[in-house]
Amino acid sequence: MKTGSRFNWWSPIKMGLLAGAVGLLISLTGMVEASNNRYIIIGVLSLGQTLLLLTMVFAGYMGVRQARIDQHSEPPRLWLILSGTLAGLITNAVLVALVIFGSFVNLRNIFVNASPALYDILTLGLGVPAGLIGLLIAGAIVGALTALLMTLPERPSRAIALGLGLIPTVAILYSALFAGRGLSILGAVVIFLLGAGGYYLWGTWQPRMEVRMAGLSAEQQHMVQRGKWALGALIILLLPLLGSYPSEVLDLVGLFVLMGLGLNIVVGFAGLLDLGYVAFFAIGAYTMAVLTSPEIAWLPVKLTFWGALPFAALAAALSGIILGVPVLGMRGDYLAIVTLGFGEIIRLLALSDWLKPFIGGSNGITLIPKPVIGPITLDTPPTLYYLILAGSLVVAFVAIRVKDSRLGRSWMAMREDEDVAQAMGIDLVRTKLLAFATGATFAGVAGAIFATKLTSIYPHSFNLLISINVLCVIIVGGIGSIPGVIVGALFLVGLPELLREFAEYRLMMYGAALVFMMLTRPEGLWPEARRKLELHEGEPSPVGALEEFEVREAEPSAAGASAE
Amino acid sequence: MLQRLTRRVSGTTLFMWLIGIAILAVVVYGTIATLASGKYGLKDWTDLTINGLALGGIYALIALGYTLVYGILRMINFAHGEVFMAGPMTAYFIITAFDESGFLNRQPILALLIVFLFAAAVSTTIAVLLERIAYRPLRRAPRLVPLITAIGASFFLQYTFRGLFGSGIKSYPLPDILQGDWTVGPITILKIRAVVIVAAIIMLVGLYIFVQRTKVGKAMQAVSEDKDTSALMGIDVDSVIVTTFVVGGALAGAAGVLYALMFRQVTFIMGFIPGLKAFTAAVLGGIGNVAGAALGGLFLGIAESVFPNLVLDGLGIPAPYQLRDALAFVLLVLVLIFRPSGILGERLAAKKA
Repeated sequence: MKTGSRFNWWSPIKMGLLAGAVGLLISLTGMVEASNNRYIIIGVLSLGQTLLLLTMVFAGYMGVRQARIDQHSEPPRLWLILSGTLAGLITNAVLVALVIFGSFVNLRNIFVNASPALYDILTLGLGVPAGLIGLLIAGAIVGALTALLMTLPERPSRAIALGLGLIPTVAILYSALFAGRGLSILGAVVIFLLGAGGYYLWGTWQPRMEVRMAGLSAEQQHMVQRGKWALGALIILLLPLLGSYPSEVLDLVGLFVLMGLGLNIVVGFAGLLDLGYVAFFAIGAYTMAVLTSPEIAWLPVKLTFWGALPFAALAAALSGIILGVPVLGMRGDYLAIVTLGFGEIIRLLALSDWLKPFIGGSNGITLIPKPVIGPITLDTPPTLYYLILAGSLVVAFVAIRVKDSRLGRSWMAMREDEDVAQAMGIDLVRTKLLAFATGATFAGVAGAIFATKLTSIYPHSFNLLISINVLCVIIVGGIGSIPGVIVGALFLVGLPELLREFAEYRLMMYGAALVFMMLTRPEGLWPEARRKLELHEGEPSPVGALEEFEVREAEPSAAGASAE
Repeated sequence: MLQRLTRRVSGTTLFMWLIGIAILAVVVYGTIATLASGKYGLKDWTDLTINGLALGGIYALIALGYTLVYGILRMINFAHGEVFMAGPMTAYFIITAFDESGFLNRQPILALLIVFLFAAAVSTTIAVLLERIAYRPLRRAPRLVPLITAIGASFFLQYTFRGLFGSGIKSYPLPDILQGDWTVGPITILKIRAVVIVAAIIMLVGLYIFVQRTKVGKAMQAVSEDKDTSALMGIDVDSVIVTTFVVGGALAGAAGVLYALMFRQVTFIMGFIPGLKAFTAAVLGGIGNVAGAALGGLFLGIAESVFPNLVLDGLGIPAPYQLRDALAFVLLVLVLIFRPSGILGERLAAKKA
């Protein structure tokens, strides 16, 4: 090929422009400015600057990748570094153009976030000419360093990347959970060394450990396995000790795990895309509220939380069947839109004056009691955590058991091909309705806990965004995969709670995540084996895909790393 | 005889028909009750109908975008509502600039033409980018994958626009000549509504002729029949698909400006509900069918405007307008259950594409 022997100037420029567009987007939507108050390293690097830094790293990475794709054999190292430098330079040149343009024209009339504060961040606080040159140089340097890192041998390159990646991770966790300001320079260095050193040590120790494990008897191996499980369980049980705010976040994550497991049955196992899932969540919450709140006068009998919980689950299951019957004959995208309509209908009904005497209309229902076990009232986030954990465990157990049962296999057969499944003797009506009912039950339980957690519910809490949120959780985690739901909930519900300044951009990032996942990794972060094989049908050999899957499962850190 | 009947009709079908009959009975009862009460006069009904017609024209224009794309790619372009929003949202800055400089009232037709063209251009750009970045790589993927992508794109666009232009409601200026109303015989009609109805009808007819008569339109029809065969016949399928997005985007952008002029405001979220309703309209008319989308849009607009007062009021439901949006969804569900083919279309809801 002709391009093989010459340096391709156009690819790094293209990648730089792409990364520059991302930089422009995060600048003009206000993300950079909003996150500039949180420090990663105190006095040195703010979160906003880190975001910009990431676009430059992205540019460098893409520049090198593209250069490797363009050439058939590995290009000279200098070319790669040149590509990275150029891409990083172009990225920041886009931002420089923005600042220069913005200093002549007042962009703020159109773009609300094109504020002087943003220009100040972009010019590194140095003012217009000096700062802009600084920005360009910074882009070039970061691009070059990224390229350099990528040309190093694999082990040191990965160790450095892990160490660097750990710094913002730790800093964000620290500042979000313990109200710290960020890391000191020394702290950042220590964490970098821990990360990089840890990777090296792990690389040395892991093979040896495996050899030793293989040498153990089957019984001893079992013991080790059990020890791992026990350690995991202990960590999960002790998590609320982190404090009230982290428990609050975990509660929310737990609720989404509950709902995600339910939707996973409908979408993941049975292949029925349900966009109105929030309806069942709402029905569970409203059943709980109506049955327990003293505010509802038309129902004289008042139950406790535990008394009302079965009714909430039952009401949700019944509504799952009732809403499922009309859509039995529909497939694919029609089903999605109709269920979305159901979700909206339920919300609009809850909001209407018509039903106000029964369920409170726009005033909602308040005074929902907290659950009581013997002498203990579960009224703080840490105690509620255990309630949600117990609920999630039960639901996860059911989901795991159902998955490989006759019913679970019928769902999957139906997902693959309805006609063939029917021909094989699967009763489609019964199987579909059971999927809707099971999924709805889980959502109903989540709704009931949600109601008692907040003690008051309003129709506005049950909008379409919840459905989309749960859908994102299972898609990012991996459709059909049970551990995927937990990973997805941690990333998509836990992370945004920690990064409060991004609250406004949450849905923007969800949207981007959905598109990005579908384009690059439709099987999710923690994929289900069968799903992955299907989606990559015909690409590599199926055996290769399966092996890759096993490697991934054995190494969850790979999933975490690719999410960043 | 009875045995033959029960064998044909399964339990669920029977259940569905019972529901259908019950709904019909309620509708008839509500209508009679309202009409008997004489709460609304003839003027109220004509007002509601004209309002519905204007709204329906806008739904029809958006619905065309859904229908064209569905016809060709067999996918629901969930982000089409955001394409509709993008045009008027960006054109807002032009129309306010025109308003402040007085150009809007000095040369209203020219100014509005520029605003329309700009909005259509922006919407078209977004639609084409969507196709290029998000949909094209997934053309051979399992069916739910592009739909999920479209949902993601929809939310991404909504909240990107919010981040770029702010979350507040922006009020759209209206040139003086479009304010006030005209009186034609016994009917008094708001000028802007009349303009919206006329503009929508012109665009709908124009599109119909484009699809039926021009070479590009015929190529679009061919591709929607069979992609592979049309490729063999020398049609550039990719460029036809892009053209489809261009046409749908331009119509949506123009419809967006009409909508903004009619309601005098824009927000980043304005595309979502109209988008869903336009999809309903497309299904109502028979998805994939151009004339059907137009009919479905007009029908939905009128139904939404007249129905709450006509039926729900008679049933004694307080504040029936609150359930206006729910009505569209109920209608969608009913159509998909009882006549999935829509008014004019072929049966697609259960068909495997």
